[in-house]
Amino acid sequence: MNKKTDNTNNRLILIVLTLICAAAIVLTGTDIVSISPIRKAAGYVIVPMQKGINTIGTWLTEKKDYFGRANELNDRIKELEEQVADLQEENLVLSENQQELKRLRELYSLDAGYYEYEKVAATVISKDPGNWYSSFIIDKGSDDGIAVDMNVISQGGLVGLVTDVGSHWAMVRAIIDDANSVSAMTLSRNDTCIVTGDLVLLDDGLVAFSQMNTTNTVTEGERIVTSNISDKYLPGILIGTINEISEDSNHLTRTGTIIPAVNFKSIQEVLVIKTLKKTP
Amino acid sequence: MRRRIIMLILILACFLAQCTVWGMFPIGNVKPNLLLVLTVAFALMRGRKSGMITGLISGLVMDLYFSRYFGLCGLIYMYIGYFVGGLYKFFFDEDIRMPMLLVAVSDFAYGIIYYLFRLLFKMRFDFGAYLKHIIVPELVYTVAVTLVLYRVFFVINRKLSEREREEEESPWLLK
Repeated sequence: MNKKTDNTNNRLILIVLTLICAAAIVLTGTDIVSISPIRKAAGYVIVPMQKGINTIGTWLTEKKDYFGRANELNDRIKELEEQVADLQEENLVLSENQQELKRLRELYSLDAGYYEYEKVAATVISKDPGNWYSSFIIDKGSDDGIAVDMNVISQGGLVGLVTDVGSHWAMVRAIIDDANSVSAMTLSRNDTCIVTGDLVLLDDGLVAFSQMNTTNTVTEGERIVTSNISDKYLPGILIGTINEISEDSNHLTRTGTIIPAVNFKSIQEVLVIKTLKKTP
Repeated sequence: MRRRIIMLILILACFLAQCTVWGMFPIGNVKPNLLLVLTVAFALMRGRKSGMITGLISGLVMDLYFSRYFGLCGLIYMYIGYFVGGLYKFFFDEDIRMPMLLVAVSDFAYGIIYYLFRLLFKMRFDFGAYLKHIIVPELVYTVAVTLVLYRVFFVINRKLSEREREEEESPWLLK
């Protein structure tokens, strides 16, 4: 008898909770109700813990590296000497690139380049626990002047967009996220295209682009930046370079893959651009 | 009461591990689904009600931070807890194969449901690719983690049960 009531009880609880969850999904999914307030409240509890764990984790990794290195010091010295030679050479190439960049910026009037915007530095403190999305949390929030839709960059390239803000944290959706798309263009001729994240390409560290409608020759290695017509992304932020390009079967548009300028696997420090793109 | 607090701590610990520590060392771009292991383990050891509640709270914690549809993970995890909890009476404590099998099935179901739900909102049909790149790697990784994690949960549960039994068997003590 007791067992039976238990079962009925459980079923009742299940049904009630199912209805509540379904309502929550519909309401938040359609933006009728925002989850932000609850998220903000929970942020006060969870974010400090994440920060703490992150600090400990980084500390441990550093310590591990330190002792590991002590044994390999001799090897390292040799390696480093070789590296110095390499770096000197690379430096030369880079300064040439710098010149080229300067020239290109002037040429394509990217003079209001993103290096001039006011930025806030932030650290990544946690990443999406699931495997379906690529978003992460940074340790700066509205108190540091961060707002929704601000652009996030790192290592000189576009990382993503702020999608949610608490007082001391903000959520960033990466451009490699499967649900994300960015309006972009080639740097040399402003041919527009759409850059989308792709869970499958992610394994190789790539993102996809499509709908490039052009008669110009676009080759591999061409640089892709955010376009002027994007509604949320500031123009002229480097996304990456073309890895592969092919013509669609309609002979009008082209699709392909891009190597992002940012290494998303090792992302730790990011810069949030405080200027918002104003849309009319 | 003690059990509830410990469950909350376990859920939080799994969540934090999943999004901080493990996030730093993903294998093949996926992370194991620790909260799922927790849900399955406690549903098996404690039955439907515990499974349901553990699942719901675990899922909601995940939703709270990263999901675009609040309640989706909560709903899936709750059902996993409920169904796994139904097997409570067929379960023999020390056998690790049963939980591993159930974690595999649950993780697969979770992947499929998540995929279907994404279809509703965004039209991407490439099921084979999702299966190969997310669902299966996550499943393998999670089942591997279950081997270790399940034993930990098992010991915690036994300690808690022993304590509860002791308290029940000594009614002459002031509680």
